[in-house]
Amino acid sequence: MGERAVQVSDAAKLTKDDFASDQVVRWCPGCGDYAILSAMQKALPDMGVAREDLVFVSGIGCAARFPYYLSTYGFHTIHGRGPAIATGVKLANPALSVWEIQGDGDALAIGGNHFIHALRRNIDINILLFNNEIYGLTKGQYSPTSQQGLITRSTPHGSLERPFSAGEVALGAQATFFARTIDTNPKLMTGIFKAAEAHKGTSLVEVLQNCIIYNDKTHAMVTGKEHRDDHQLHLEHGKPMLFGADNCKGLRLNGLRLEVVEIGRDGITEADVMVHDAHDPDPTLHQMLVRLRPPEFPMALGVIRAVAAQTYDEALAQQLADGQARARVRSVKELLHSGETWEVS
Amino acid sequence: MSVTASHKVELDRVVVRFAGDSGDGMQLTGSQFTYTSALLGNDIATLPDFPAEIRAPQGTVEGVSGFQVQIGAVDVHTPGDEADVLVAMNPAALRSNLKWLRPGGQLIVDLDDFESRNLKRAGYAADPLEDGSLEGYRVTRAPITSLTKEALKGVGLGTKDIVRCKNMFALGVVYWLFNRDPAKTLAFIADKFRKDPALVEANTKALQAGYHYAETVEALPSSYHIAPARIASGSYRHIAGNQATAWGLLAAAERLGSELFYASYPITPASDILHELSRHRGMGVLTFQAEDEIAAICAAVGASFAGTLAVTASSGPGIALKGEGMGLAVMAELPLVIVDVQRAGPSTGLPTKTEQADFNIALHGRNGESPVIVLAASSPAQCFEAAYTAAKLAIEHMTPVILLTDGYLANGTEPWRLPDVDAMPDIRRPTPPADTAVPFQPYLRDPDTLARFWATPGTPGLEHRIGGLEKEDVAGDISYDPANHQKMVNLRAEKVARVAEHIPEQDIRCEQSGKVLVVGWGGTYGALLTAVTELEVEGESVGLAHFHHLNPLPSNTEAVLSRFEHILVCELNSGQFARHLRSLFPGHDIRQFNKIQGLPFRVNEVKEKIMGLCHG
Repeated sequence: MGERAVQVSDAAKLTKDDFASDQVVRWCPGCGDYAILSAMQKALPDMGVAREDLVFVSGIGCAARFPYYLSTYGFHTIHGRGPAIATGVKLANPALSVWEIQGDGDALAIGGNHFIHALRRNIDINILLFNNEIYGLTKGQYSPTSQQGLITRSTPHGSLERPFSAGEVALGAQATFFARTIDTNPKLMTGIFKAAEAHKGTSLVEVLQNCIIYNDKTHAMVTGKEHRDDHQLHLEHGKPMLFGADNCKGLRLNGLRLEVVEIGRDGITEADVMVHDAHDPDPTLHQMLVRLRPPEFPMALGVIRAVAAQTYDEALAQQLADGQARARVRSVKELLHSGETWEVS
Repeated sequence: MSVTASHKVELDRVVVRFAGDSGDGMQLTGSQFTYTSALLGNDIATLPDFPAEIRAPQGTVEGVSGFQVQIGAVDVHTPGDEADVLVAMNPAALRSNLKWLRPGGQLIVDLDDFESRNLKRAGYAADPLEDGSLEGYRVTRAPITSLTKEALKGVGLGTKDIVRCKNMFALGVVYWLFNRDPAKTLAFIADKFRKDPALVEANTKALQAGYHYAETVEALPSSYHIAPARIASGSYRHIAGNQATAWGLLAAAERLGSELFYASYPITPASDILHELSRHRGMGVLTFQAEDEIAAICAAVGASFAGTLAVTASSGPGIALKGEGMGLAVMAELPLVIVDVQRAGPSTGLPTKTEQADFNIALHGRNGESPVIVLAASSPAQCFEAAYTAAKLAIEHMTPVILLTDGYLANGTEPWRLPDVDAMPDIRRPTPPADTAVPFQPYLRDPDTLARFWATPGTPGLEHRIGGLEKEDVAGDISYDPANHQKMVNLRAEKVARVAEHIPEQDIRCEQSGKVLVVGWGGTYGALLTAVTELEVEGESVGLAHFHHLNPLPSNTEAVLSRFEHILVCELNSGQFARHLRSLFPGHDIRQFNKIQGLPFRVNEVKEKIMGLCHG
């Protein structure tokens, strides 16, 4: 499997504006999607991929309008099926950089099956999951990531269901790349989008995104100014898991559990704090990190898991190359006359 | 057939049915007999009849596997209405297959298996070999199991392995009965078991023992000779419908200069297409076993967007799930081939039995105004041409095409005169014109076909966005404009309707005008053609219009119907195509003949129905 056929010289000349389409963006004023779009348009010129080699696929939902606002190839498809369609695009032309945009309902409810199987296969596509914990386009029903008890138009007495954690589902499906970001941090987003593109295999990026109309401030415990120091853990591979004002807090492993410690208290130093290893093939610690929730713990952000593994498309290309090298039958004419045939005169 | 006391009887055609436990190797036995007969120049049609269960309990009626073959010195279009010879390896096989044996037919049973326990398992209260219920048949009671054991003493195999060779013994008997040289099967055995010399020896000895047994004991009244058929010269091979479908798709991809992307989810009776294509990585075939039926069609739609010939296949239940994906391909105007290997429905229905009841879902099974091209294949070998045509029309007209085959075609085999692939019609890729405007307008159309152009990712300057939302004519931006929606609905309909200008006119077999026109489509072709041909010879005024193009219909369809007094639409459903024809062409006397038993038409029942109309 070769490297992607990129035209770096061309792509390098492009700027953020070159990735904007001529369409008027039609999300609600104040929607978190604007910031995600902007961060993507900013990140794309730095990825070294020619514009014509980029394909954005989406399903249905507010997030799914994303491809219309980019000047790349785009395919706005049907509800939940984006990962399957993106799989077809990538397998048909592995040279393409394929992005797939989903909301929480699209990815984890109607399209749950395609979502887990894309991750399991480790096809080299990038999935952006806009998680606002609500159905927006259908006007405010609870989603599979909504908190239990949430009052919505379809759950006037409170939702009965336990929410999915996208990261846990993904790791359970053997994801090789999982990152989490927030729509209020453009710098974090662009960095993670670039890391997702660089990763070979299915990259899942969960964006904690705010729906200003139907589920406003659902992520406020993470994104709110008053909480963000204590409730955001920005993970970087090889760096200690520090957070809080002036990095005064850290995470350490106590038995089989993570615990929050304060640096300088009870003799705890930075050396006691765990160092993040995103490349560890064992997903146990990554699972523990994705489960952390405020207020007891900070929300883990950044690239939580990025492990090298053969991709489906690489393995398929290998089978095709091996098959062609070994093939006794190379054309339909040869095929027709292969095996047992007889002549009638 | 007239059997005299002489030892060799000349026959025009004969139908042989092999039946045994699903572990008895009846499919292999039948296909070996078929193959040997084909090499002798007979025309042939076969139909396997296997149980839905992989291995139902041994000796039960549910576990019986059958294989029927008709061989002829004349044209053979069906596996035959009734068997002239039935080989029944156990009581259950006899019980479930005796109904296929014609009165006076030859029955060969394994006498050793007719003991009380097996009779009881098969549901017999009394031994049919003793109670007189087989009067009217010629019964040969051959101790197949014990003779096989006797013949294989000393080959160094356990009893279980030895008993498994009894199908070769039975095949040996049938080879003698029909004067067939077993050499080809001996060569097959030597190759199949080349890694285990003991098995080669055992199967060889069993086959020879069966042959010599039949020759020696005179348990059979006579042997039969079927002369080679007068068939067109050329290279031939055997082909089953699913294999022919797979190869037709390969031929189309090769002609287009594209990889073939095939995505599907396993389902009876379509899975063999996946199995066949999976073998051909060497020809650049991308097969993808998806997580479900929906993912399969969606991956194919994605591959089509990326510029590859993309195909998915299924049977009824899966086709029902693929409806939304088809609608997307209709809206995005992307080429896509959907093969529906029909089986008896609704719901899970009868998975291993054939039916033609998916005409309506193929024509109408999507939300909104969602026209697609619908084709039907008419014989196992014709699946090759049908699949090629499906791909050609999908690509050239930028639309989904549904190809209807069925379980009968999928598993049936016939000799196939190999086509000259270079002489097959070209497949023109609708690439955007060189002077195409930038930014690319995804709904700009070819004025002749109304197909939009296939601009594929990776091409600089043609970046564009499409999707399932209604789009503005030409420009392709999202549009909620009422007049635009009407216009786009009309354009998509007109695009499919215009395909009629690019397909052959409907032909008529036998009488070109007169009393009764038999109308059919799909896998009933062999039975209908045989019936109509025989009636024509008998002096009846009858023709056959067998449709391959179901939507759009050939442009001369109404003219064809107008040439006959009565129309008889014969279908393995409750009259779906008949109703369609009536709605399109009122004023014709369109009658219908339907059968929904999971079985193909018998020639005789069709003839009877036509006769009723001829003389009614």
